[in-house]
Amino acid sequence: MFDFSIVTKWFDALLSQTLGLPSFWTILIECVLIGLLVLTAYALICIVLIFMERKVCAYFQCRVGPMRVGPWGIFQVFADVLKMLIKEIFTVDKSDKLLYAIAPFLVMIASVGTFSFLPWNKGMHILDFNVGIFLVTAISSIGVLGVFLAGWGSNNKYSVVSAMRAAVQMISYEVSLGLCLICAVILTGTMQMSGIIEAQTGPWKWLVIQGHIPAIIAFVVFLIAGNAEANRGPFDLGEAESELTAGYHTEYSGMGFGYYYLAEYLNLFVISGLASAVFLGGWAPLNVGITGFDNLMNIIPGFVWFFGKTFMLVWILMWVRWTFPRLRIDNLLKLEWKYLMPLMLIVLVLTTCCVAFGLTF
Amino acid sequence: MENNKSYFGEIGAAIKTLATGMKVTLIEYFTPKITEQYPENRKTTLHVAQRHRGRLVFKRNEDESHNCVACTMCEKACPNDTIKITAHMEEDPETGRKKKKLDDYQYDLGDCMFCQLCVNACNFDAIEFTNDFENSVFDRTKLVCHLDKEVYKGGSLPNILDGGAPLTIGKFNTKTK
Repeated sequence: MFDFSIVTKWFDALLSQTLGLPSFWTILIECVLIGLLVLTAYALICIVLIFMERKVCAYFQCRVGPMRVGPWGIFQVFADVLKMLIKEIFTVDKSDKLLYAIAPFLVMIASVGTFSFLPWNKGMHILDFNVGIFLVTAISSIGVLGVFLAGWGSNNKYSVVSAMRAAVQMISYEVSLGLCLICAVILTGTMQMSGIIEAQTGPWKWLVIQGHIPAIIAFVVFLIAGNAEANRGPFDLGEAESELTAGYHTEYSGMGFGYYYLAEYLNLFVISGLASAVFLGGWAPLNVGITGFDNLMNIIPGFVWFFGKTFMLVWILMWVRWTFPRLRIDNLLKLEWKYLMPLMLIVLVLTTCCVAFGLTF
Repeated sequence: MENNKSYFGEIGAAIKTLATGMKVTLIEYFTPKITEQYPENRKTTLHVAQRHRGRLVFKRNEDESHNCVACTMCEKACPNDTIKITAHMEEDPETGRKKKKLDDYQYDLGDCMFCQLCVNACNFDAIEFTNDFENSVFDRTKLVCHLDKEVYKGGSLPNILDGGAPLTIGKFNTKTK
């Protein structure tokens, strides 16, 4: 298994020992470099996701999607991004200027922050705190603030209605999202992202297999709640274009809108990434206990496993999105408070019992 | 306990209906797509259903004569007053009988709603709809056609008269030649 920490350690040694820089400069250079890498990866993955969404959506609707710009339409999204970048940004006259201006950045902070927690490869964790999972839920809730402030600051009744809906929905679904993650924490015994993955390496150690019934239920509920958390799918009440034009970002233009657009897709990726990291083993390869097969699987680098699993989950979430009609707000809350949350509380008890009596694989 | 039943009963029903929906879209995902790459393939693989009603034309016999007898059945059948027929009575020199002779068959494509009532009303099999659908022009007056004057041999797409190329499904041919 390729360990990426070799590269990071080499680079650290290069700066501090070979070049003899003091620790302040070493850390500064490393932080800036990693920040640049994260933002580049963020933008590139977003472009891939938007293209994938358009194609997958088209195929589910018996169409072929963009076909004109470049072979098979692969340059369509680049053209869209270019258009977005050169569009004029205008502000609304009677808006709350400060809130209106900072809201997109709050959304971006939340999505870049959670994005940095994803385990790309062995030894390739950007943020790896001992309270990792806990911090992810904390940072992701900044996104609610961004959505709500955007709706409130725009001085537009569609935006306010949409912001109310989105806030209610995101706060509600955070409950079961958190409970799902707690199940994983109970099973692995750690909140650190690298520790969670480490606990899932080895034959039949992926959490959905290791934790069998409770983990599988938690995984499915995580995907449902995560879809709601990312404001997508049958839960896109915040946008609800047929009722609320574009929802909370109605009054945004150019890159202000672009940020919401980016954040929406990256939240999808983050949710899938977290689900694959926590329940499907992240970069941990599929091991079955047969030495030859395991060695073969271990040759495949960890980031391939991670991206494979994540994009499979992204595809599943897109499948769900383009299948089901939008829920009504009361049904949405009913689903969370009457079904998912009680279910997750039961699953939490079940997981605890399984772990306490040693009923896991 | 009635509430309990509906609470748990709903879960099963919901999962079942959701699974049905997922199945339908999954099948759709793998179904070959029938999208035509229209402007690219307009001269090559473009297929139009034969029953598609593009515009009205006169059916022509082999000597390019037509069957219209100016009975105005089509004009009367038309809900939009699209068709205007002018005719005069003419005496046949051989038999001495009077017969109606067509002067002008005016068909306004801009007013037509392609209902095919005129074709159904025609007793002499004189008119039909072709598949030619590239009807846009820059001037409305150009849409007024005189069907008896023109001998229609295909418009901008000569090979689209009979449905065009055979129907191909699942091939995204964007080649222009």
